[in-house]
Amino acid sequence: MAKYKMHILVCGGTGCTASQSVEIADRLKSNLLDKGLDKEVQVILTGCFGFCEKGPIVKIMPDNTFYTEVKPEDAQEIIEEHIIKGRKVARLLYTDPEKKEHVADAKHMGFYKKQLRIALRNCGFIDPENIGEYIACDGYAAVAKCLTEMTPQQVIDEIKLSGLRGRGGGGFPTGMKWEIASKNHADQKYVVCNADEGDPGAFMDRSILEGDPHSIIEAMTINGYAIGATKGLVYIRAEYPLAIHRLQVAIAQAREYGVLGENLFGTDFSFDIELRYGAGAFVCGEETALIHSMEGKRGEPTFKPPFPAQSGYLQKPTNVNNVETYANIPIIILKGANWFNKIGTEKSKGTKVFALAGQINNVGLIEVPMGITLREVIYEIGGGIKGGRQFKAVQTGGPSGGCLTEKHLDTPIDYDNLIAAGSMMGSGGMVVMDETSCMVAIAKFYLEFTCEESCGKCSPCRIGNKRMLEILDKITKGNGTMEDLENLKNLAGVIKDTALCGLGQTSPNPILSTLTNFWDEYVEHVQDKKCRAGACKSLMQYVIDQSVCVGCTACARNCPVNAIQGEKKTPHTINTELCIKCGTCIEKCKFNAISIQ
Amino acid sequence: MAQIKSLEDLQALKNSVQEEIDTRVKGNRDGLVQVKVAMATCGITAGAKTIYNYLLEQVDKRSMDVVVYQTDCMGLCKDEPTVEVSIPGKDSVIFGNVDTNKVDEILDKYIQKGETVSGVVSK
Repeated sequence: MAKYKMHILVCGGTGCTASQSVEIADRLKSNLLDKGLDKEVQVILTGCFGFCEKGPIVKIMPDNTFYTEVKPEDAQEIIEEHIIKGRKVARLLYTDPEKKEHVADAKHMGFYKKQLRIALRNCGFIDPENIGEYIACDGYAAVAKCLTEMTPQQVIDEIKLSGLRGRGGGGFPTGMKWEIASKNHADQKYVVCNADEGDPGAFMDRSILEGDPHSIIEAMTINGYAIGATKGLVYIRAEYPLAIHRLQVAIAQAREYGVLGENLFGTDFSFDIELRYGAGAFVCGEETALIHSMEGKRGEPTFKPPFPAQSGYLQKPTNVNNVETYANIPIIILKGANWFNKIGTEKSKGTKVFALAGQINNVGLIEVPMGITLREVIYEIGGGIKGGRQFKAVQTGGPSGGCLTEKHLDTPIDYDNLIAAGSMMGSGGMVVMDETSCMVAIAKFYLEFTCEESCGKCSPCRIGNKRMLEILDKITKGNGTMEDLENLKNLAGVIKDTALCGLGQTSPNPILSTLTNFWDEYVEHVQDKKCRAGACKSLMQYVIDQSVCVGCTACARNCPVNAIQGEKKTPHTINTELCIKCGTCIEKCKFNAISIQ
Repeated sequence: MAQIKSLEDLQALKNSVQEEIDTRVKGNRDGLVQVKVAMATCGITAGAKTIYNYLLEQVDKRSMDVVVYQTDCMGLCKDEPTVEVSIPGKDSVIFGNVDTNKVDEILDKYIQKGETVSGVVSK
């Protein structure tokens, strides 16, 4: 087979697929066929490139040209101009938001410059549905090395030495977890991959499964070998159809190639993987709840101990790790623990994948070394705040995390620093907020989420969170008292101390961190009945500027509740008691006389 | 397909599929020698496509760490086909009226041995 001269990589992640990337790939292929270039240029549907803000992404190799916001009708121009004549299609290139210049190749984009892709090493680079490409990128070499050259204990020691910690949120040392599971003896043990990613706005695990499913299969096999388990289970959300599909394809290919199944690499070690689908309950990301759900029981957490490593799935020793944790395993085995533990900070090694979202220019998926500052992430990789507005806070750790402010911007990101700052690493959600976000409303949003997702088993979480939500609701409606703020603080403390599982214990974090960092804003809501961000509807007032109003009666005629009074040709006024803040008057006023205060 | 039953099987399979992603791997690496062939209309009519194909073939044959791109018109239409060679740390040079013999010379002498090769039309 003649070698392809050029490769066109088209993003096949969920985001870009939703914007017709599959059709783009098809059109590129048919155009190549028309020009007789189908044997010279290859079109590959890859996993996520991370730069979701500007998707669909098309990247041309080897010249690294990075096309953004490509549409199916652009396919012909890309082939005729770039592929045939070597002329880059300037209008599709990424434009640097500050310099207003086109950036021709990915290596010069600010978004990628500070990133270090380890867990995402193959995402956006290989075809996830082709095991050959994974093998070409050293795939399955790590498991081969473990099985043929290392003892299970050596594998565990290597992972321990690497300093890898769980990427699902807790940050428990992975090697230690494996060691505990390996020391518990039983006739059957299990390895479970936790792919029940549930934080609002998080899609790290999904992207890894969609972009590099074989790395998870390989890592789980290594895990099985290390702890003496022959069965692996992936607990994955049913809401991730593309990830499930890619994983199914990958498992079938791995079996066909003999890297999954009986007597792997000629040894007596056998390992196989099955999928289990979650029905989308947030609490099932907690390992005991996850195990119950897999057993067909209610997805409710139980008290630890016993830990899953002692008595897990079907009461057998079970090791549960998160997708991103697994994605790091093969490369640690290949490059060595001493390569990995030089990256990052003293207690947090390696990199972390974050889903960057909110009021930021470059929304997307990023992977950065531990120890990078929030400022670098937000301003250099993220490209700063949208519309040039002022940065206010960044929420990390999802519903279990907290809001960090301006003063934390230069804090190096690692597990311990984030906890010290009142937030947490979590699974890697990072929501950036600007001056138009109300911190009380944000706390309420996350609490609404935890209330919805609470399984109801323990009272602190079931009842306590509900009471806190009622208080927050009262405050955002302008009926709060200073006593409410005290109660909120006390309740949060009690829930944190007494809830059964991680969900309940961390649910007050968004409130506690906003109370600490944005106390003034709470007080303003309570005492002045004001929301400085203009986000709490009940606290806003519509006012007609008497000097601008000409008395045309347009607003009064359109007000659905007849809250506007005034004679023709004289300035009108709004009765705030009656006003429902629907915004119709602002829309109808031709003189911009009405404003929100 | 034959199943992978040993480390050697895996290595053999890897070697056979490596080529498929080679173009991508090279594109991702930094510090490689870059050879660009001008492929605008003027270049193509003067035979740039043959040169481009020949370059790719020869770079592979010699297993050189060289990445070959096609590029836009370099503005030297009277000297087509033109080939620009950038060796890291050196100024890039453009060779004009390149034929297959010149390609061999560029690869063997200019890139591999650092010798001066005639036919430079611009620096």
